[in-house]
Amino acid sequence: MTNHYKSSAANRIWRTVANHAATGLAVLSTILVVAPLIAIFIYLLYKGASSLNLAFFTQIPKPVGESGGGMANAMVGSGILLAVASSLGIPIGIAAGIFLAEFGRFSRLANAVRFTADVLNGVPSIVMGISVYSLIVLPLKHFSALSGGVALGIMMIPTITRTTEEMLLMVPHAVREAALALGVPNWRSVLSITLRTASPGVITGCMLAYARVAGETAPLLFTAFGNQFWSLNLNQPIAALPLQIYVYALSPYDEWHRLAWAGALVLIFLIVVSVSLVRYVTTRGVLKGAS
Amino acid sequence: MGVGIQVTNLNAWYSTNHALLDINLPIPANQATALIGPSGCGKSTFVRCLNRMHETNPIARVTGSVRMGDIDIYEDVSPVEVRRRVGMVFQRPNPFPTMSIYDNVAAGLRLNGFRNRRILDEVVERSLKNAALWDEVKGDLKKKSGASLSGGQQQRLCIARALAVDPEVLLMDEPASALDPVSTAKIEDLIFQLKSQYTIVIVTHNMQQAARVAERTGFFLNGKLVEFDSTHKIFTNPGDKRTEDYITGRFG
Repeated sequence: MTNHYKSSAANRIWRTVANHAATGLAVLSTILVVAPLIAIFIYLLYKGASSLNLAFFTQIPKPVGESGGGMANAMVGSGILLAVASSLGIPIGIAAGIFLAEFGRFSRLANAVRFTADVLNGVPSIVMGISVYSLIVLPLKHFSALSGGVALGIMMIPTITRTTEEMLLMVPHAVREAALALGVPNWRSVLSITLRTASPGVITGCMLAYARVAGETAPLLFTAFGNQFWSLNLNQPIAALPLQIYVYALSPYDEWHRLAWAGALVLIFLIVVSVSLVRYVTTRGVLKGAS
Repeated sequence: MGVGIQVTNLNAWYSTNHALLDINLPIPANQATALIGPSGCGKSTFVRCLNRMHETNPIARVTGSVRMGDIDIYEDVSPVEVRRRVGMVFQRPNPFPTMSIYDNVAAGLRLNGFRNRRILDEVVERSLKNAALWDEVKGDLKKKSGASLSGGQQQRLCIARALAVDPEVLLMDEPASALDPVSTAKIEDLIFQLKSQYTIVIVTHNMQQAARVAERTGFFLNGKLVEFDSTHKIFTNPGDKRTEDYITGRFG
Protein backbone atom coordinates (compact mmCIF):
# COMPACT_ATOMS: atom_id res chain seq x y z
CA MET A 1 0.00 0.00 0.00
CA THR A 2 2.86 2.39 0.75
CA ASN A 3 4.00 2.28 -2.86
CA HIS A 4 0.55 2.81 -4.18
CA TYR A 5 1.34 6.16 -5.81
CA LYS A 6 4.74 5.18 -7.16
CA SER A 7 5.03 3.91 -10.69
CA SER A 8 7.57 1.57 -12.18
CA ALA A 9 10.33 2.76 -14.50
CA ALA A 10 8.70 1.07 -17.48
CA ASN A 11 5.49 2.87 -16.68
CA ARG A 12 7.21 6.23 -16.60
CA ILE A 13 8.98 5.67 -19.90
CA TRP A 14 5.72 4.61 -21.53
CA ARG A 15 4.04 7.76 -20.27
CA THR A 16 6.84 9.96 -21.61
CA VAL A 17 6.66 8.28 -25.01
CA ALA A 18 2.86 8.57 -25.16
CA ASN A 19 3.04 12.21 -24.14
CA HIS A 20 5.57 13.10 -26.84
CA ALA A 21 3.67 11.09 -29.45
CA ALA A 22 0.42 12.94 -28.71
CA THR A 23 2.14 16.34 -28.78
CA GLY A 24 3.89 15.42 -32.02
CA LEU A 25 0.62 14.41 -33.67
CA ALA A 26 -1.03 17.69 -32.61
CA VAL A 27 1.85 19.75 -34.00
CA LEU A 28 1.82 17.76 -37.24
CA SER A 29 -1.93 18.32 -37.67
CA THR A 30 -1.48 22.05 -37.08
CA ILE A 31 1.17 22.20 -39.79
CA LEU A 32 -1.09 20.28 -42.17
CA VAL A 33 -3.88 22.78 -41.55
CA VAL A 34 -1.76 25.88 -41.98
CA ALA A 35 0.45 24.66 -44.83
CA PRO A 36 -2.10 24.92 -47.68
CA LEU A 37 -3.01 28.48 -46.68
CA ILE A 38 0.61 29.57 -46.64
CA ALA A 39 1.27 27.71 -49.90
CA ILE A 40 -1.62 29.54 -51.59
CA PHE A 41 -0.38 32.88 -50.33
CA ILE A 42 3.17 32.28 -51.51
CA TYR A 43 2.02 31.02 -54.90
CA LEU A 44 -0.29 34.00 -55.38
CA LEU A 45 2.50 36.40 -54.44
CA TYR A 46 4.88 34.64 -56.82
CA LYS A 47 2.43 34.64 -59.73
CA GLY A 48 0.55 37.85 -59.12
CA ALA A 49 2.77 40.39 -57.38
CA SER A 50 4.76 41.18 -60.53
CA SER A 51 1.60 42.32 -62.37
CA LEU A 52 0.53 44.69 -59.62
CA ASN A 53 1.10 48.30 -60.47
CA LEU A 54 -0.73 51.57 -60.13
CA ALA A 55 -2.68 50.95 -63.35
CA PHE A 56 -4.07 47.72 -61.94
CA PHE A 57 -5.78 49.69 -59.17
CA THR A 58 -6.81 52.72 -61.21
CA GLN A 59 -7.73 51.51 -64.72
CA ILE A 60 -10.51 49.45 -66.16
CA PRO A 61 -9.77 46.45 -68.42
CA LYS A 62 -8.33 47.23 -71.84
CA PRO A 63 -9.99 45.76 -74.94
CA VAL A 64 -8.61 42.50 -76.32
CA GLY A 65 -5.28 43.03 -78.00
CA GLU A 66 -4.28 46.11 -76.07
CA SER A 67 -1.72 45.76 -73.33
CA GLY A 68 -2.09 46.96 -69.72
CA GLY A 69 -5.31 47.90 -67.99
CA GLY A 70 -6.50 47.06 -64.48
CA MET A 71 -9.37 45.87 -62.34
CA ALA A 72 -10.43 49.08 -60.65
CA ASN A 73 -14.05 48.64 -61.75
CA ALA A 74 -14.07 45.03 -60.50
CA MET A 75 -12.78 46.06 -57.07
CA VAL A 76 -15.39 48.77 -56.74
CA GLY A 77 -18.01 46.37 -58.12
CA SER A 78 -17.13 43.71 -55.56
CA GLY A 79 -17.39 46.37 -52.87
CA ILE A 80 -20.88 47.37 -54.03
CA LEU A 81 -22.05 43.76 -54.34
CA LEU A 82 -20.78 42.95 -50.85
CA ALA A 83 -22.39 46.09 -49.45
CA VAL A 84 -25.76 45.07 -50.91
CA ALA A 85 -25.27 41.47 -49.74
CA SER A 86 -24.29 42.53 -46.21
CA SER A 87 -27.11 45.00 -45.80
CA LEU A 88 -29.53 42.23 -46.77
CA GLY A 89 -27.88 39.17 -45.19
CA ILE A 90 -26.62 40.53 -41.86
CA PRO A 91 -29.88 42.04 -40.50
CA ILE A 92 -32.04 39.13 -41.68
CA GLY A 93 -29.51 36.58 -40.48
CA ILE A 94 -29.12 38.14 -37.03
CA ALA A 95 -32.85 38.68 -36.61
CA ALA A 96 -33.57 35.05 -37.51
CA GLY A 97 -30.85 33.91 -35.09
CA ILE A 98 -32.44 35.99 -32.33
CA PHE A 99 -35.80 34.42 -33.07
CA LEU A 100 -34.34 30.90 -32.88
CA ALA A 101 -32.49 31.45 -29.63
CA GLU A 102 -34.70 33.84 -27.70
CA PHE A 103 -38.31 33.86 -28.83
CA GLY A 104 -39.24 30.69 -30.65
CA ARG A 105 -36.63 28.33 -29.28
CA PHE A 106 -38.84 25.27 -28.93
CA SER A 107 -41.52 26.17 -31.45
CA ARG A 108 -42.26 24.20 -34.59
CA LEU A 109 -41.51 27.24 -36.71
CA ALA A 110 -38.03 27.42 -35.17
CA ASN A 111 -37.34 23.80 -36.06
CA ALA A 112 -38.46 24.49 -39.60
CA VAL A 113 -36.23 27.58 -39.79
CA ARG A 114 -33.24 25.66 -38.45
CA PHE A 115 -33.75 22.88 -40.96
CA THR A 116 -34.18 25.36 -43.81
CA ALA A 117 -31.04 27.25 -42.83
CA ASP A 118 -28.99 24.07 -42.72
CA VAL A 119 -30.27 22.96 -46.12
CA LEU A 120 -29.74 26.45 -47.55
CA ASN A 121 -26.17 26.29 -46.33
CA GLY A 122 -25.65 23.19 -48.42
CA VAL A 123 -27.26 24.48 -51.61
CA PRO A 124 -24.57 24.77 -54.32
CA SER A 125 -23.81 28.39 -55.08
CA ILE A 126 -24.56 27.94 -58.78
CA VAL A 127 -28.09 26.91 -57.85
CA MET A 128 -28.40 30.10 -55.83
CA GLY A 129 -27.35 32.04 -58.94
CA ILE A 130 -29.98 30.35 -61.09
CA SER A 131 -32.69 30.89 -58.49
CA VAL A 132 -32.01 34.60 -58.20
CA TYR A 133 -31.78 34.75 -61.99
CA SER A 134 -35.35 33.50 -62.29
CA LEU A 135 -36.55 35.55 -59.30
CA ILE A 136 -35.07 38.93 -60.14
CA VAL A 137 -33.19 38.97 -63.44
CA LEU A 138 -36.00 37.47 -65.56
CA PRO A 139 -38.80 39.73 -64.28
CA LEU A 140 -36.61 42.85 -64.67
CA LYS A 141 -35.31 41.56 -68.03
CA HIS A 142 -31.67 42.56 -67.39
CA PHE A 143 -28.66 41.56 -65.32
CA SER A 144 -27.94 43.88 -62.43
CA ALA A 145 -25.69 44.57 -59.47
CA LEU A 146 -28.79 44.37 -57.30
CA SER A 147 -29.55 40.78 -58.26
CA GLY A 148 -25.91 39.80 -57.67
CA GLY A 149 -26.00 41.39 -54.23
CA VAL A 150 -29.25 39.60 -53.41
CA ALA A 151 -27.78 36.24 -54.43
CA LEU A 152 -24.75 36.77 -52.23
CA GLY A 153 -26.93 38.13 -49.41
CA ILE A 154 -29.13 35.04 -49.39
CA MET A 155 -26.02 32.91 -49.20
CA MET A 156 -24.89 34.82 -46.10
CA ILE A 157 -28.12 34.28 -44.18
CA PRO A 158 -27.86 30.66 -43.02
CA THR A 159 -24.32 30.99 -41.66
CA ILE A 160 -25.16 34.16 -39.78
CA THR A 161 -28.45 32.77 -38.46
CA ARG A 162 -26.92 29.62 -37.07
CA THR A 163 -23.87 31.29 -35.52
CA THR A 164 -26.04 34.02 -33.98
CA GLU A 165 -28.27 31.36 -32.45
CA GLU A 166 -25.31 29.37 -31.09
CA MET A 167 -23.67 32.47 -29.65
CA LEU A 168 -26.86 33.70 -27.98
CA LEU A 169 -27.42 30.29 -26.41
CA MET A 170 -23.92 30.49 -24.93
CA VAL A 171 -24.84 33.61 -22.94
CA PRO A 172 -25.39 32.41 -19.35
CA HIS A 173 -28.99 32.25 -18.16
CA ALA A 174 -27.94 34.28 -15.10
CA VAL A 175 -27.18 37.28 -17.33
CA ARG A 176 -30.69 37.22 -18.83
CA GLU A 177 -32.22 36.89 -15.35
CA ALA A 178 -30.18 39.82 -14.10
CA ALA A 179 -31.61 42.03 -16.83
CA LEU A 180 -35.20 40.87 -16.36
CA ALA A 181 -34.96 41.29 -12.58
CA LEU A 182 -34.01 44.94 -13.13
CA GLY A 183 -37.40 45.54 -14.70
CA VAL A 184 -36.11 45.60 -18.26
CA PRO A 185 -38.64 44.46 -20.88
CA ASN A 186 -37.70 41.18 -22.54
CA TRP A 187 -37.13 42.61 -26.02
CA ARG A 188 -34.85 45.28 -24.60
CA SER A 189 -32.93 42.74 -22.58
CA VAL A 190 -32.44 40.55 -25.67
CA LEU A 191 -31.12 43.43 -27.78
CA SER A 192 -29.09 45.37 -25.24
CA ILE A 193 -27.85 42.61 -22.95
CA THR A 194 -27.94 39.17 -24.53
CA LEU A 195 -27.02 40.20 -28.08
CA ARG A 196 -24.40 42.60 -26.79
CA THR A 197 -22.83 39.91 -24.62
CA ALA A 198 -22.78 37.55 -27.59
CA SER A 199 -21.60 40.18 -30.07
CA PRO A 200 -17.98 38.99 -30.53
CA GLY A 201 -19.23 35.60 -31.69
CA VAL A 202 -22.02 37.09 -33.79
CA ILE A 203 -19.51 39.37 -35.53
CA THR A 204 -17.27 36.38 -36.22
CA GLY A 205 -20.24 34.65 -37.86
CA CYS A 206 -20.93 37.68 -40.04
CA MET A 207 -17.28 37.91 -41.08
CA LEU A 208 -17.24 34.21 -41.91
CA ALA A 209 -20.27 34.62 -44.15
CA TYR A 210 -18.85 37.80 -45.68
CA ALA A 211 -15.48 36.25 -46.47
CA ARG A 212 -17.17 33.22 -47.96
CA VAL A 213 -19.39 35.11 -50.40
CA ALA A 214 -16.67 37.67 -51.23
CA GLY A 215 -14.94 35.01 -53.29
CA GLU A 216 -18.05 33.50 -54.88
CA THR A 217 -18.17 33.42 -58.67
CA ALA A 218 -20.98 31.06 -59.55
CA PRO A 219 -23.92 33.05 -58.11
CA LEU A 220 -22.75 36.14 -60.00
CA LEU A 221 -22.56 34.51 -63.45
CA PHE A 222 -26.28 34.88 -64.12
CA THR A 223 -26.92 37.91 -61.92
CA ALA A 224 -24.22 40.59 -61.74
CA PHE A 225 -22.93 39.19 -65.05
CA GLY A 226 -19.74 41.27 -65.13
CA ASN A 227 -18.95 44.51 -66.90
CA GLN A 228 -15.90 45.73 -68.81
CA PHE A 229 -16.67 49.33 -67.99
CA TRP A 230 -17.26 51.58 -65.02
CA SER A 231 -20.66 51.18 -63.45
CA LEU A 232 -21.96 52.20 -60.06
CA ASN A 233 -25.57 51.63 -61.03
CA LEU A 234 -27.39 48.95 -59.04
CA ASN A 235 -29.68 48.43 -62.01
CA GLN A 236 -26.88 47.62 -64.48
CA PRO A 237 -24.54 44.65 -64.80
CA ILE A 238 -21.48 45.19 -62.66
CA ALA A 239 -17.94 43.84 -62.57
CA ALA A 240 -16.67 41.79 -59.64
CA LEU A 241 -13.21 40.52 -58.82
CA PRO A 242 -14.08 36.79 -58.82
CA LEU A 243 -15.91 37.17 -62.14
CA GLN A 244 -13.04 39.09 -63.69
CA ILE A 245 -10.57 36.48 -62.48
CA TYR A 246 -12.77 33.76 -63.94
CA VAL A 247 -12.99 35.44 -67.34
CA TYR A 248 -9.30 36.31 -67.50
CA ALA A 249 -8.14 32.91 -66.31
CA LEU A 250 -10.17 31.18 -69.02
CA SER A 251 -8.84 33.48 -71.77
CA PRO A 252 -6.07 32.41 -74.18
CA TYR A 253 -3.85 35.45 -73.45
CA ASP A 254 -0.80 35.27 -71.22
CA GLU A 255 -1.18 38.82 -70.01
CA TRP A 256 -4.75 38.19 -68.90
CA HIS A 257 -3.54 35.13 -67.02
CA ARG A 258 -1.08 37.32 -65.16
CA LEU A 259 -3.80 39.85 -64.42
CA ALA A 260 -6.02 37.07 -63.11
CA TRP A 261 -3.29 36.03 -60.67
CA ALA A 262 -2.91 39.62 -59.56
CA GLY A 263 -6.69 39.87 -59.14
CA ALA A 264 -6.73 36.74 -56.97
CA LEU A 265 -3.97 38.18 -54.81
CA VAL A 266 -5.85 41.47 -54.42
CA LEU A 267 -9.12 39.64 -53.63
CA ILE A 268 -7.58 37.65 -50.80
CA PHE A 269 -5.75 40.71 -49.54
CA LEU A 270 -8.95 42.79 -49.51
CA ILE A 271 -10.85 40.06 -47.63
CA VAL A 272 -8.12 39.84 -45.01
CA VAL A 273 -7.97 43.62 -44.66
CA SER A 274 -11.74 44.12 -44.35
CA VAL A 275 -12.13 41.30 -41.83
CA SER A 276 -9.20 42.60 -39.76
CA LEU A 277 -10.62 46.10 -39.90
CA VAL A 278 -13.99 44.97 -38.56
CA ARG A 279 -12.23 42.96 -35.85
CA TYR A 280 -10.18 45.98 -34.87
CA VAL A 281 -13.10 48.40 -34.78
CA THR A 282 -15.37 46.05 -32.83
CA THR A 283 -12.78 45.03 -30.23
CA ARG A 284 -11.42 48.51 -29.62
CA GLY A 285 -13.92 49.28 -26.88
CA VAL A 286 -13.46 46.02 -24.98
CA LEU A 287 -12.70 46.62 -21.31
CA LYS A 288 -10.06 45.29 -19.03
CA GLY A 289 -11.10 41.91 -17.69
CA ALA A 290 -14.17 41.56 -19.89
CA SER A 291 -14.91 37.98 -20.74
CA MET B 1 -38.84 53.78 1.66
CA GLY B 2 -39.64 50.12 1.92
CA VAL B 3 -43.10 48.74 1.70
CA GLY B 4 -44.75 45.81 3.47
CA ILE B 5 -45.82 42.69 1.59
CA GLN B 6 -48.82 40.52 2.32
CA VAL B 7 -48.75 37.07 0.76
CA THR B 8 -52.06 35.20 0.69
CA ASN B 9 -52.70 31.61 -0.42
CA LEU B 10 -49.71 31.53 -2.73
CA ASN B 11 -49.29 28.33 -4.73
CA ALA B 12 -46.60 27.68 -7.31
CA TRP B 13 -45.90 24.85 -9.71
CA TYR B 14 -43.13 23.72 -12.03
CA SER B 15 -45.20 21.85 -14.60
CA THR B 16 -46.92 19.24 -12.36
CA ASN B 17 -44.56 19.62 -9.41
CA HIS B 18 -46.41 21.56 -6.71
CA ALA B 19 -43.51 23.61 -5.32
CA LEU B 20 -45.34 25.97 -2.95
CA LEU B 21 -48.49 25.08 -1.02
CA ASP B 22 -50.78 27.76 0.36
CA ILE B 23 -48.19 30.17 1.67
CA ASN B 24 -49.55 32.94 3.89
CA LEU B 25 -47.00 35.39 5.15
CA PRO B 26 -46.82 39.06 6.14
CA ILE B 27 -43.44 40.67 5.39
CA PRO B 28 -43.02 43.88 7.42
CA ALA B 29 -41.67 47.05 5.82
CA ASN B 30 -38.11 48.23 6.52
CA GLN B 31 -37.05 45.03 8.18
CA ALA B 32 -35.03 42.05 7.07
CA THR B 33 -37.00 38.83 6.84
CA ALA B 34 -35.00 35.61 6.57
CA LEU B 35 -36.23 32.43 4.94
CA ILE B 36 -34.55 29.22 5.98
CA GLY B 37 -35.08 25.58 5.18
CA PRO B 38 -33.39 22.58 3.54
CA SER B 39 -32.52 22.52 -0.17
CA GLY B 40 -35.51 22.19 -2.45
CA CYS B 41 -38.00 23.35 0.18
CA GLY B 42 -39.32 26.22 -1.96
CA LYS B 43 -37.53 29.26 -0.47
CA SER B 44 -36.06 30.36 -3.76
CA THR B 45 -39.30 29.70 -5.61
CA PHE B 46 -41.05 31.81 -3.02
CA VAL B 47 -38.84 34.88 -3.44
CA ARG B 48 -39.03 34.48 -7.21
CA CYS B 49 -42.81 34.77 -6.88
CA LEU B 50 -42.37 38.12 -5.10
CA ASN B 51 -40.91 39.77 -8.22
CA ARG B 52 -42.67 37.54 -10.75
CA MET B 53 -39.43 36.00 -11.94
CA HIS B 54 -41.01 32.59 -11.34
CA GLU B 55 -43.14 33.01 -14.43
CA THR B 56 -40.14 33.61 -16.73
CA ASN B 57 -39.76 29.84 -16.65
CA PRO B 58 -42.13 28.55 -19.36
CA ILE B 59 -43.26 25.53 -17.32
CA ALA B 60 -43.97 27.55 -14.18
CA ARG B 61 -47.39 28.58 -12.87
CA VAL B 62 -48.58 30.51 -9.85
CA THR B 63 -51.87 31.34 -8.08
CA GLY B 64 -52.79 33.42 -5.06
CA SER B 65 -52.21 37.02 -4.21
CA VAL B 66 -49.19 39.10 -3.27
CA ARG B 67 -50.01 42.61 -2.11
CA MET B 68 -47.22 45.18 -1.95
CA GLY B 69 -48.49 48.24 -0.16
CA ASP B 70 -51.89 48.72 -1.75
CA ILE B 71 -51.31 46.99 -5.08
CA ASP B 72 -51.69 43.34 -6.00
CA ILE B 73 -48.57 42.57 -8.03
CA TYR B 74 -50.33 39.79 -9.95
CA GLU B 75 -53.48 41.76 -10.72
CA ASP B 76 -52.76 45.47 -10.93
CA VAL B 77 -49.39 45.78 -12.68
CA SER B 78 -47.19 44.21 -15.36
CA PRO B 79 -44.27 41.96 -14.41
CA VAL B 80 -41.85 44.58 -15.73
CA GLU B 81 -43.39 47.18 -13.41
CA VAL B 82 -43.16 44.79 -10.44
CA ARG B 83 -39.49 44.09 -11.08
CA ARG B 84 -38.68 47.79 -11.15
CA ARG B 85 -40.06 48.08 -7.63
CA VAL B 86 -38.62 44.82 -6.33
CA GLY B 87 -34.86 44.43 -6.78
CA MET B 88 -33.19 41.05 -6.71
CA VAL B 89 -29.72 39.78 -5.87
CA PHE B 90 -28.93 36.25 -6.99
CA GLN B 91 -26.96 33.45 -5.43
CA ARG B 92 -24.08 33.75 -7.85
CA PRO B 93 -22.84 37.22 -8.76
CA ASN B 94 -24.07 37.93 -12.30
CA PRO B 95 -22.69 41.26 -13.53
CA PHE B 96 -23.13 41.99 -17.24
CA PRO B 97 -19.79 40.69 -18.50
CA THR B 98 -19.28 43.11 -21.39
CA MET B 99 -20.11 46.24 -19.41
CA SER B 100 -17.89 48.46 -17.30
CA ILE B 101 -18.54 48.87 -13.59
CA TYR B 102 -20.29 52.15 -14.28
CA ASP B 103 -22.45 50.70 -17.06
CA ASN B 104 -23.42 47.76 -14.88
CA VAL B 105 -24.81 50.04 -12.19
CA ALA B 106 -26.43 52.38 -14.71
CA ALA B 107 -27.91 49.51 -16.75
CA GLY B 108 -31.30 49.40 -15.07
CA LEU B 109 -31.94 53.10 -15.64
CA ARG B 110 -30.40 53.27 -19.10
CA LEU B 111 -32.30 50.27 -20.41
CA ASN B 112 -35.49 51.93 -19.33
CA GLY B 113 -34.62 54.94 -21.44
CA PHE B 114 -33.03 57.19 -18.84
CA ARG B 115 -30.26 59.32 -20.37
CA ASN B 116 -29.46 62.31 -18.16
CA ARG B 117 -25.69 62.04 -17.60
CA ARG B 118 -25.46 64.17 -14.49
CA ILE B 119 -28.18 62.28 -12.67
CA LEU B 120 -26.78 58.92 -13.84
CA ASP B 121 -23.39 59.89 -12.38
CA GLU B 122 -25.04 60.74 -9.08
CA VAL B 123 -27.09 57.55 -8.98
CA VAL B 124 -24.07 55.37 -9.80
CA GLU B 125 -22.00 57.01 -7.06
CA ARG B 126 -24.78 56.80 -4.48
CA SER B 127 -25.59 53.17 -5.31
CA LEU B 128 -21.96 52.09 -5.15
CA LYS B 129 -21.57 53.89 -1.83
CA ASN B 130 -24.71 52.23 -0.50
CA ALA B 131 -23.30 48.89 -1.59
CA ALA B 132 -19.98 49.68 0.16
CA LEU B 133 -18.06 49.29 -3.08
CA TRP B 134 -17.37 52.91 -4.06
CA ASP B 135 -13.96 53.27 -2.39
CA GLU B 136 -12.65 50.10 -4.02
CA VAL B 137 -13.71 50.90 -7.59
CA LYS B 138 -14.00 54.69 -7.92
CA GLY B 139 -10.67 54.86 -9.83
CA ASP B 140 -11.71 52.59 -12.69
CA LEU B 141 -15.45 52.93 -13.00
CA LYS B 142 -15.37 53.09 -16.78
CA LYS B 143 -12.10 51.31 -17.41
CA LYS B 144 -12.74 47.93 -15.85
CA SER B 145 -15.33 45.30 -16.69
CA GLY B 146 -17.70 44.21 -13.95
CA ALA B 147 -16.44 40.68 -14.53
CA SER B 148 -12.89 41.67 -13.58
CA LEU B 149 -13.79 42.24 -9.91
CA SER B 150 -13.44 39.59 -7.20
CA GLY B 151 -16.47 37.45 -6.35
CA GLY B 152 -17.35 39.48 -3.26
CA GLN B 153 -16.97 42.76 -5.15
CA GLN B 154 -19.09 41.40 -8.00
CA GLN B 155 -21.86 40.56 -5.55
CA ARG B 156 -21.76 44.08 -4.09
CA LEU B 157 -21.76 45.41 -7.67
CA CYS B 158 -24.95 43.41 -8.26
CA ILE B 159 -26.43 44.91 -5.10
CA ALA B 160 -25.50 48.40 -6.32
CA ARG B 161 -27.08 47.58 -9.69
CA ALA B 162 -30.29 46.54 -7.96
CA LEU B 163 -30.30 49.64 -5.73
CA ALA B 164 -29.74 52.02 -8.66
CA VAL B 165 -33.31 51.62 -9.92
CA ASP B 166 -34.52 52.69 -6.47
CA PRO B 167 -36.64 49.67 -5.51
CA GLU B 168 -38.83 49.43 -2.43
CA VAL B 169 -38.07 45.79 -1.75
CA LEU B 170 -34.78 43.93 -2.09
CA LEU B 171 -34.86 40.17 -2.53
CA MET B 172 -31.64 38.31 -1.81
CA ASP B 173 -31.42 34.67 -2.81
CA GLU B 174 -28.50 33.27 -0.78
CA PRO B 175 -26.44 36.35 -1.59
CA ALA B 176 -23.37 35.23 0.33
CA SER B 177 -23.30 31.49 -0.30
CA ALA B 178 -20.67 31.77 -3.04
CA LEU B 179 -18.47 34.15 -1.04
CA ASP B 180 -15.60 33.90 1.44
CA PRO B 181 -16.15 34.85 5.12
CA VAL B 182 -14.77 38.40 4.75
CA SER B 183 -17.03 39.19 1.82
CA THR B 184 -19.93 37.54 3.62
CA ALA B 185 -19.40 39.81 6.63
CA LYS B 186 -19.41 42.84 4.31
CA ILE B 187 -22.68 41.75 2.72
CA GLU B 188 -24.25 41.23 6.15
CA ASP B 189 -23.14 44.68 7.32
CA LEU B 190 -24.68 46.01 4.17
CA ILE B 191 -28.02 44.30 4.82
CA PHE B 192 -28.01 45.91 8.25
CA GLN B 193 -27.58 49.37 6.77
CA LEU B 194 -30.00 48.86 3.89
CA LYS B 195 -32.86 47.87 6.19
CA SER B 196 -33.57 51.48 7.02
CA GLN B 197 -34.41 52.23 3.38
CA TYR B 198 -35.65 48.96 1.93
CA THR B 199 -37.73 45.96 2.85
CA ILE B 200 -35.36 43.02 2.64
CA VAL B 201 -36.17 39.36 2.11
CA ILE B 202 -33.15 37.11 2.36
CA VAL B 203 -32.99 33.39 1.62
CA THR B 204 -30.14 31.69 3.41
CA HIS B 205 -28.76 28.28 4.22
CA ASN B 206 -26.72 29.75 7.00
CA MET B 207 -28.75 29.93 10.19
CA GLN B 208 -26.26 32.15 12.00
CA GLN B 209 -26.64 34.57 9.14
CA ALA B 210 -30.42 34.58 9.54
CA ALA B 211 -30.01 35.14 13.26
CA ARG B 212 -27.56 38.01 12.70
CA VAL B 213 -29.38 40.04 10.09
CA ALA B 214 -33.11 39.35 10.28
CA GLU B 215 -35.88 40.55 12.57
CA ARG B 216 -38.22 37.83 11.42
CA THR B 217 -37.59 34.34 10.13
CA GLY B 218 -39.72 31.88 8.21
CA PHE B 219 -38.99 28.16 8.08
CA PHE B 220 -39.92 26.34 4.88
CA LEU B 221 -40.20 22.58 4.49
CA ASN B 222 -41.41 20.62 1.47
CA GLY B 223 -43.09 23.65 -0.10
CA LYS B 224 -44.92 24.67 3.06
CA LEU B 225 -44.29 27.49 5.47
CA VAL B 226 -43.93 25.62 8.76
CA GLU B 227 -43.38 28.54 11.05
CA PHE B 228 -43.00 32.29 10.82
CA ASP B 229 -42.10 34.37 13.81
CA SER B 230 -39.54 36.75 15.26
CA THR B 231 -36.02 35.49 14.64
CA HIS B 232 -35.39 35.38 18.37
CA LYS B 233 -38.39 33.13 18.95
CA ILE B 234 -37.54 30.80 16.04
CA PHE B 235 -34.00 30.23 17.24
CA THR B 236 -34.64 30.04 20.98
CA ASN B 237 -38.12 28.66 21.40
CA PRO B 238 -39.57 27.38 18.13
CA GLY B 239 -43.23 26.48 18.19
CA ASP B 240 -42.97 23.54 15.84
CA LYS B 241 -41.03 20.33 16.41
CA ARG B 242 -39.78 20.31 12.79
CA THR B 243 -38.33 23.81 13.13
CA GLU B 244 -36.51 22.76 16.25
CA ASP B 245 -35.16 19.63 14.54
CA TYR B 246 -33.90 21.71 11.63
CA ILE B 247 -32.21 24.47 13.58
CA THR B 248 -30.56 21.99 15.92
CA GLY B 249 -29.18 20.17 12.91
CA ARG B 250 -31.16 16.96 13.18
CA PHE B 251 -31.94 17.03 9.47
CA GLY B 252 -31.47 19.17 6.38
